[in-house]
Amino acid sequence: MTTTSRAPALAAPAPGDPASASAVAIISDAPVPHPTMMRTFAAMMAREFRVLGRNLPSTFVRSVVQPLLWVFVFTYVLPKIGAASIFEAGSVHPQPGGAATTTFSTILLPGLMASMLLTQGITGTTFPLVMEFSWQRTIEDRALAPVPLGVLAFQKIVAGAVQAFVGALIVLPIVLYVHAAGQAPHAHVTNWLLLALILVAASMLTAALGLLLGTLMDPRKMQMLFAVILLPATMLGCVYYPWSALHHIRWLQIAVLFNPMVYMSEGLRAVLTPGVGHLAMWAILLVLIGGAALIGYLGTRTFTRRVLN
Amino acid sequence: MTQSPMNQATAQGVRLMTIPPPAAAAIRTEDLRKTYATSRGDVPAVRGISLRVAAGEFFGLLGPNGAGKSTTIGMLTTLIVPTGGHAWVSGRDVVADPVGVKRTIGVVPQNNTLDMQLSVSENLEFRSRFFGLGRREALRRADQLITAFGLTDRRRAMATDLSGGQARRLMIARALVHRPDVLFLDEPTAGLDPQTRVNLWDTLRALHDEGQTILLTTHYMEEAEALCDRVAVVDHGQVLASGTVDQLKEDAGADTVITVRYEGGLPDEPSALAAIADRPGVSKIETDADQVRVFARDPEGVLGELVTAAGRAGLTVRDAAQLKPSLETVFLTLTGREYRE
Repeated sequence: MTTTSRAPALAAPAPGDPASASAVAIISDAPVPHPTMMRTFAAMMAREFRVLGRNLPSTFVRSVVQPLLWVFVFTYVLPKIGAASIFEAGSVHPQPGGAATTTFSTILLPGLMASMLLTQGITGTTFPLVMEFSWQRTIEDRALAPVPLGVLAFQKIVAGAVQAFVGALIVLPIVLYVHAAGQAPHAHVTNWLLLALILVAASMLTAALGLLLGTLMDPRKMQMLFAVILLPATMLGCVYYPWSALHHIRWLQIAVLFNPMVYMSEGLRAVLTPGVGHLAMWAILLVLIGGAALIGYLGTRTFTRRVLN
Repeated sequence: MTQSPMNQATAQGVRLMTIPPPAAAAIRTEDLRKTYATSRGDVPAVRGISLRVAAGEFFGLLGPNGAGKSTTIGMLTTLIVPTGGHAWVSGRDVVADPVGVKRTIGVVPQNNTLDMQLSVSENLEFRSRFFGLGRREALRRADQLITAFGLTDRRRAMATDLSGGQARRLMIARALVHRPDVLFLDEPTAGLDPQTRVNLWDTLRALHDEGQTILLTTHYMEEAEALCDRVAVVDHGQVLASGTVDQLKEDAGADTVITVRYEGGLPDEPSALAAIADRPGVSKIETDADQVRVFARDPEGVLGELVTAAGRAGLTVRDAAQLKPSLETVFLTLTGREYRE
């Protein structure tokens, strides 16, 4: 085999003995690797942030447009044209001692945050996974990192949870500041620690759901995700009305308790807009924390099973 | 590195005995098996493969598509769980200690598994960081590999924008970031143009010259012949023969294979074929409906005789071929089938 007419396969640091000289560099000059589980985990998170940072404009637009349009139409346009009273009268169950004049934005504040948690948590985890498991199986790149596959699955959940968490925070100023005069939400944080706990647990739960869906779903049926999961979960997730207001439709009030989304909306409602009635806190914490643990466990199992053919 | 019995028992559930890992073998398998359970029943992909690859060796698994090569590599690289047998890489059991195995191997899979969201440089940087290098160290390692693999002008390109050859080079570079004991390459030159392929061969030879242990699968005969110290010929999930290319040719008869196909049947004159079979250099003759295949150590005159026999019988020769001793004739001798790439 002659090598005269073409470029050397291994480019040369020193001319003359191209291939082997740089091969020495590749093998011998390599720094000694010293992987630990924490280092690898941190490196994987760093990789997620690098990718997210690169896609920041599109991620930001995706997170902002939906809540912005919602509050613009429902707390600015509709009150201005005199249609808002329909929503207020129909949606809010007056609380004893609570404000009879609860604005719709007060309802929307925790609701839209919860909606963003779900959307970002699931899309932030499911979409990349479905791509990584598709025909080229680029998941094998990460699967060869020197950590157990369970750690990789957990890292996917954490990465999705960070996106969900940030998404929910983005909603906050939008709902607080976009509204017609007199339509401001009545919000104050009753317990910062509880708020943080609910946000973190809800983020982990939605990302865990994303992991489970991403490892179970057929990539060709991705559109179904919106029609079958995201849309029903949001519409029936006490985003646009508090759970207590559903007492007019008792069967629905009970049926929606199977929707994890309800516990996110109601949990945030409890700590952000205490003027509106909410579900019992023990039920909220049980479902959010217990659900995150259970779905996380199931997702890790299906993930591991799909990586190992 | 020894595995405690507890480790193995918990990892696989059923494995209760500690089998001591082999000494001084970079790769060893014992009766390694993989059967896939499908809706149409069990499909065996690997049916008991036993291999031993020494440190520093360039070893080839050669076989047609579907022979079980990729499944074997999958098991050795911990991404496929065996259904039977044992395998060790660098003395670590692939089932009991997959993380330990992953620390010591570099893998270049058949499909392009580059991180498509990252650039060339970032692919190397993050793989280095996955293996515990700090950010600055990882960037230096990435630079080093980019230079060594001639990817300097593609450093900032996204992985999606690389040509097939560039992607393959980057995948090899990526597999080497952490000084792996064993480098696995699954069909590294499949789908590459001939020049890129030869360039890659040079790269692999250079690595091997530096003492890198390499296990490569290929369905190209000439690739195995050109690169490998030793070869195992695999078909239907089993090793048919293994050894150096020269040994294989020797053991399998080192025969030249002469194949003649006739138009509309065989020469019905039995004496013609008998005369060929009686030649001192001929080891065997196989016939079917319209074709004669002669395995001969000394092929001198055999082809001529087969053609003459056709003339005497009034038959036309449709096709004639004479294959010199090669892995292809070894395969033919072992399986009785032509090698289908």
